[in-house]
Amino acid sequence: MAITLSASDPALAEAPRPARLTPPQVWGIVMLAPYLLVFLAFVVYPVGYGLWLARDPASYVALFNDPIFARAAVNTLIFLLIGINLKMLIALFLSGFFVQQRGWIKWLSVIFILPWAVPSIPTILSVRFMLNPEWGVVNQLIFKFTGEDGPNWLNNPSVALGMAIGMHIWKSLPFWTLILMTGRLAISQDLFEAAEVDGATWMQKFRYITWPSMQTLYITCTLLSMIWTLGDFNSVYLLTGGGPADLTHVLSTLGIRYLRLDQLSLAMASIVCAMPLVLPLVYFMMKRLSR
Amino acid sequence: MKLPTLREVGTEARLLLIGIPVFIWTMIPIYHMFLFAISPKEDAFSGKLWPDHPTLHNFSIVFHQQHYFLRDFWIQFGNSVIIAAAVGALTLIIATCAAYAISRLRVPGSRVVMNLALFTYFIPAAFLAVPMYRTMGKYGLLNNDWSLILAMVTIASPYAIWVLKQASDKLPVELDEAAVMDGASPLQIFRLVYVPLMMPSLVAIGTYAVLLAWNEYLYAFLLLSNDKAITLPVALGNFLAADDSPWELLMTTGFIYALPPAAVYYAFKRYMVGGLTAGAVKS
Repeated sequence: MAITLSASDPALAEAPRPARLTPPQVWGIVMLAPYLLVFLAFVVYPVGYGLWLARDPASYVALFNDPIFARAAVNTLIFLLIGINLKMLIALFLSGFFVQQRGWIKWLSVIFILPWAVPSIPTILSVRFMLNPEWGVVNQLIFKFTGEDGPNWLNNPSVALGMAIGMHIWKSLPFWTLILMTGRLAISQDLFEAAEVDGATWMQKFRYITWPSMQTLYITCTLLSMIWTLGDFNSVYLLTGGGPADLTHVLSTLGIRYLRLDQLSLAMASIVCAMPLVLPLVYFMMKRLSR
Repeated sequence: MKLPTLREVGTEARLLLIGIPVFIWTMIPIYHMFLFAISPKEDAFSGKLWPDHPTLHNFSIVFHQQHYFLRDFWIQFGNSVIIAAAVGALTLIIATCAAYAISRLRVPGSRVVMNLALFTYFIPAAFLAVPMYRTMGKYGLLNNDWSLILAMVTIASPYAIWVLKQASDKLPVELDEAAVMDGASPLQIFRLVYVPLMMPSLVAIGTYAVLLAWNEYLYAFLLLSNDKAITLPVALGNFLAADDSPWELLMTTGFIYALPPAAVYYAFKRYMVGGLTAGAVKS
C-alpha cells in the first residue's frame, strides 16, 4: 500500500485532546459539526417555530370548518391509494418488459428515462398548454377530426385531479421501473430455466418465482413512493393551480394556499394535520432502512 | 440467415405492442415542448404536429432577451447555475465529512445523528416549506441566493450522508488500521485514503445535489421573488401570471432550462444508477 504521508500536517498539531475522547473522535465531532449546525438552524428551529405557530386550537377548528381542507385530504388519499398503486403496478409490468434482451428495448429504455432526467416544471407547463380548452393541441385535434369543441379539461375537478395524477405517474414511473428492474435482474436465471423445462406458463413463473423474490422490494417501493408523493407539490400546483375553485388541492399545496392568503396559523395547522399520514409511513421506512 | 419462427414473430409483436405506447406516452409532453420551441408564433397555435416553417428564431429572442418576460434571462440563468453549483459543493463537503465521522471515526451519538438525518429525508420537503420560509425571513435571508442554497443543502444532505455512509461502510477497515499504523492522523486518512476511494459515490452525490437544486421550484419561488434574484423555474412559473403570455417563448426557455440537467444525467448515468439506486431502496 503506497500511501505517502506528510508528518508536518499543520492540522495535526492543533488537535485538542480532552480527557475521555480519543483524537479521532474529536475530529469526528468537528467533522459532524457542519451538518449539525445546518440541522439545528434549518430543521429544528423551523419545525419548532412552526409547531409554536400551530399551537392555537382555534386554527384547527377553522381548518376543519374549511371545506377545502376536507376536499384536499380526500384528494390526497385518492392520489396515494389509486395513483401510487396504479403507478407501481405499471412499473412492475414495465420492469418485466425492459429486462427483455433486445437492441431496440435498450434504446427505448434510454428514452424512457427522459421524464425522470428533465426538470418537471417545463414538462408540466407543456401538458398544461396541451390541455388548454381553446388553444391546446388536444382540443385542436378533436375539433379537426370531429368538428366539435373538446371539453374544458382542467375545469372539471375530477378530470383535473386525474390529469395531475397522470402527470405524477409520467414523471416518476421511469424511476420506479428502474428500481424494480434491478430487483428482477437479481433473480437467478436458473429458476426460470427450470420452470421452462417443467412447462410453467408465464403466469405461473410470475406467481411462483418473480413475485416471491420481489415482494419486499415492491412493498418498500410503494411505501416510499407514497411518502414522496405526499410532498409532490409541482404536479398539482403547476398543472391545475389547485383549481377549479380550489377543488384539486392536496395537502402539500394547501399550506402554500393558506400562506398566500396570509393565514399562517392555518397553513401550519394543515401541515400538522398531514403528519398522522406521514409519520407512520416514515416510521415504517426508518425501521426498514436503518437496520 | 434463418427465418424467424411464428412464435418469435408473435413475441416480438407483443413486445412492440407494449413498446410503442410507452414511447408515445413518454415523448408527448417533451415533443410538444420541442414543437413550440421551433414554431413561429402563428404556427404554434394551429394544432399541427410539425410546423410549416420550423425556425430557431425563438431561441434567438430568448438569448437576446427581446421580450418583457425574458428581460433578465441571463441573470436568472446565472442564478440557477450559481445556486446549483454552490448546493453541490456545500452538500458534498458537509455530507462527506459527516459520513466519514459516522462511519469511520465512530463518534459517540453518531447513530442518533444518522437516524435524525434519515428522518428528515423521509419528511416530504413540501411540508417544511412554510416554516422554512418564515425562518429565512427571520434570518433576514429572503431574496438572497443564500436562502435557497442553505435550504437546498438542508434538503439534499440527509440522503447524501446516508448514501455515503452506506458506501463507506463497505470500505475495508484494514485500510484505516494500516494508515493509523503508519502514523496518519484522521484528517490525513480522510484526504489521502477515504476521499479517493469514495470518488464514484461522491460524483453520484454531487450530481444528485446539483440536479436537485437546479430543478427545485417550490423553495425557489417561496424564498426568491425579486426578478433579478429568481432562478429559471420561477421565471417560467411567472409566465403564467399573464393570460396572453407567449407560450412559444415559455416553451423555448423551458427547453433550454431542461437541456443541462438531461445532459448531466445521461453523462453521469453510470454513477447515478450504481450509486443512487443501490442506496435508494435496500430490501
